[in-house]
Amino acid sequence: MSVIVLLILASLSIAVTFLLGFIWAVRSGQYEDIETPSMRILMEPHRKPDPSRTNNQKPSP
Amino acid sequence: MSATTNPTVLTATGLGLTGVSSAHATERVSCFHCGELCPDHTFTQGEKTFCCQGCLIVHDLLRENGLDQFYDLSRHPGVKVRGAGRQGQWSYLDDASVRTQLLDFDDGKLSRVRLHVPGIHCVACVWLLENLFRLHPGIGKSQVNFPRREVSLAFQPERIRLSQVVELLASIGYEPQLTLGELDRQPPHSLRRKQWLQVGIAGFAFGNIMLMSLPLYLGLDSFSGPLFRKIFGFLSLIFALPVLVYSASDYWRSALLSFRQRRMTLEVPIAAGLAALYAQSAYEILGGMGEGYLDSLAGLVFFLLCGRVFQQRTQERLAFDRDYKCFFPLSAMRLTAEGEESVAISKLAVGDRLIVRHGELLPADCRLQSGSACIDYSFVTGESEPVAKAAGDHLYAGGQQRGGAITVETVKPVSRGYLTSLWDHEAFRKERHQSYNTLTNRFSRWFTRWVIAVALGVALYWLAHGQTGRGLKAFTAVLIVACPCALALAAPFTLGTAQRALAAIRIFLRNAQVLERLAQVNTIVFDKTGTLTMADASEVRFLRADASEPGAIGAALSAMEKHWVAGLARQSAHPHSARIYQWLGGGDIAPAEEFKETAGGGIAGRIAGRVIRLGSRAWLENAGIHVRDTALPVGSAVHFAVDGEYRGVFVLNNRLRPETETLLTDLGSHYELALLSGDNARERERFRQLFGNQARLQFNQSPLEKLEFIRGLQESGRVVMMVGDGLNDAGALRQSDVGVAVVEHAGAFSPASDVILEAGRVGQLAETLRLARRSVRIIRLSFSLSSLYNLIGVGIAAGGLLSPLIAAILMPLSSFTVVAFACGMTNRAARPLRIFRNECP
Repeated sequence: MSVIVLLILASLSIAVTFLLGFIWAVRSGQYEDIETPSMRILMEPHRKPDPSRTNNQKPSP
Repeated sequence: MSATTNPTVLTATGLGLTGVSSAHATERVSCFHCGELCPDHTFTQGEKTFCCQGCLIVHDLLRENGLDQFYDLSRHPGVKVRGAGRQGQWSYLDDASVRTQLLDFDDGKLSRVRLHVPGIHCVACVWLLENLFRLHPGIGKSQVNFPRREVSLAFQPERIRLSQVVELLASIGYEPQLTLGELDRQPPHSLRRKQWLQVGIAGFAFGNIMLMSLPLYLGLDSFSGPLFRKIFGFLSLIFALPVLVYSASDYWRSALLSFRQRRMTLEVPIAAGLAALYAQSAYEILGGMGEGYLDSLAGLVFFLLCGRVFQQRTQERLAFDRDYKCFFPLSAMRLTAEGEESVAISKLAVGDRLIVRHGELLPADCRLQSGSACIDYSFVTGESEPVAKAAGDHLYAGGQQRGGAITVETVKPVSRGYLTSLWDHEAFRKERHQSYNTLTNRFSRWFTRWVIAVALGVALYWLAHGQTGRGLKAFTAVLIVACPCALALAAPFTLGTAQRALAAIRIFLRNAQVLERLAQVNTIVFDKTGTLTMADASEVRFLRADASEPGAIGAALSAMEKHWVAGLARQSAHPHSARIYQWLGGGDIAPAEEFKETAGGGIAGRIAGRVIRLGSRAWLENAGIHVRDTALPVGSAVHFAVDGEYRGVFVLNNRLRPETETLLTDLGSHYELALLSGDNARERERFRQLFGNQARLQFNQSPLEKLEFIRGLQESGRVVMMVGDGLNDAGALRQSDVGVAVVEHAGAFSPASDVILEAGRVGQLAETLRLARRSVRIIRLSFSLSSLYNLIGVGIAAGGLLSPLIAAILMPLSSFTVVAFACGMTNRAARPLRIFRNECP
């Protein structure tokens, strides 16, 4: 049974790691704005300007 | 920046014009960029129609830089660019002192600035502003904080100046708000970080202690021996310590404060309960006698903090504390020997000569030097009619110029003006009532007394029977079980839910306590201009001079006359002219020749050989025209003459908001109503009918008189709600028990207040008050419910029978049912508000 002590220590150290992660996240300001990131997820990453589009003719998608 | 003056725009417009405009000539189309209805089809490109040149330019600019994803993210995402910026309008931003105050960071190579941009409204805005770097190489990373409507961006000052950054933002429709208040803006507060940490740590401890308590509850230690009981006990003690010391620190602090001030707030029994929980648990665990109540302790703190977060996640983008500084611009145009220069307001000196253009504010008390001044003080004094001023007249700060440009000389420093003197009043010096007299605290006053009485009584009872150990245990058990967790949660969840329901229909409360005060209101005081009437819409009627019956002849203006009046009125920037022109349908009418405007008099001009005059009675009579007497209805009169022959009079009235009448009837049956207006009394009769005979109607009120009127009402024992919109109401809003500021849109400036209400929502005031009263009733019911739980718990505890397992079940159970009851009931009570939700943009 005493092996459980080891398991508990292992699980606790993982839990504490997550707690430290949370503290770091709060400190670095990630909880300052919890609304905008949910909008950013809708955006595509940088799309290179297409040279064929510069003449005001939008190709049909 | 070069793209703003792109020649391709014109060719594209020209091409689109022939193809599309004939096809859709009759139906009205929304602008592809901003969604406003297009007046015609002048600006088209392919299948897209634009309402103005500005929108088209922005569209092409984004297009060329590969930013057309903007239009895929939402429909009509753009912001209409209002009025072209003047050359050098922002140059004061490069002034070293303004720069350092605005910039968050600057090392010469890289600068960072945070700008408040009220125009941000959708996903596409966020996307565009975060892709700004593609419009100018000097701009680095930019990040938007949507709830606060803020964009913070980095730029290289060697490649782009701050003024150019702002100019770029303004050119694509996102003009930042740069007011005097922006300068002493607080940095983002770390308070909320602390709250998140407190909740997180309490939650972490709650979960882990629960995991370790479960085996003990299930009787695991009966076959694993005392080893685990010890380990789990010690670990729980360690985990519970930060909860007690850090997470619950605010409760300790306020309990201590209440104790010192001899007040019985709810924090006192909470703190006592927490202390008893930890002491009892430590005693049991260290003594090897049991497992303690640490899971209950952590759970309690966690739930309490969750309640607080729920309640405090309010509309932070709205500033409820704005003062006059947020009303004043950051800069003014100063006249010097070399010409005009843009200068920061803080650098204005007495004696400076300034140019104030149409729509601009007077930054300080000034004397008019030249130009035809027509000053609109409606926001400052409540006077709805703009005042014409002649050279040499004194002009007060905060007035808005209507019409052409004027030159003024400042006579007082910015901070000493007539307007800012209101802020020296004592009402502004005292802290806004952080009331201790909340429902929760009133209830907890007798609750706490009872708990302490019962705990002591029980302890004494067992002592008298010689069972000291049991007596001590029962004493702590009563404190533990009576710890008013559910009680403390009832108010935050009820009020938080109600607050959210109101925010969904764009009525914003400063904090949840405002709802409690709303429920106590028995007197409602209204401001007139901008609150009950619309600021810039008016009813226009034409009364022909020869008609015997006034009022019946609105249409009697012949087409020819309409043409003349419109042609003349369109050339003047005077609000009366603008309203008449609008009433006549606007349109492109040939302007009058020999146009002449007399300040405070009227306008004259020649159309098709005829001399047309529009103006005041005295001015027409001065010109030798006989003005016939007619019984004029209430309103401002503009007389009309053609070739020296009097034709009739236009009567302009401030238009009531359409919902005003129903609202006043609805409220009048429950509340005492009053009207406070800075305007003159010419509309007294009209409002007498609306308000009924009992209501007190006060006109010609200065801001200070308004404040005193409210104070007088309060001294006679009334709980007053003030509804107003202007700076002139700032004192009254501040003094009243609930100040409601009416704004055109939520981002606009509003004086400090408790409630911010969008103008279209004035009609829902009655619903809001009803919801407030219901919420308070729900809180009362929740109190009874949680008291019931406490009664059962205390019954068990008094017998000294409270086991950790019962505590661990009873506490969360009571909390959950109370929270579910409070939220459910409040959502039901708020259901009538839902029908208004769809109307929101």
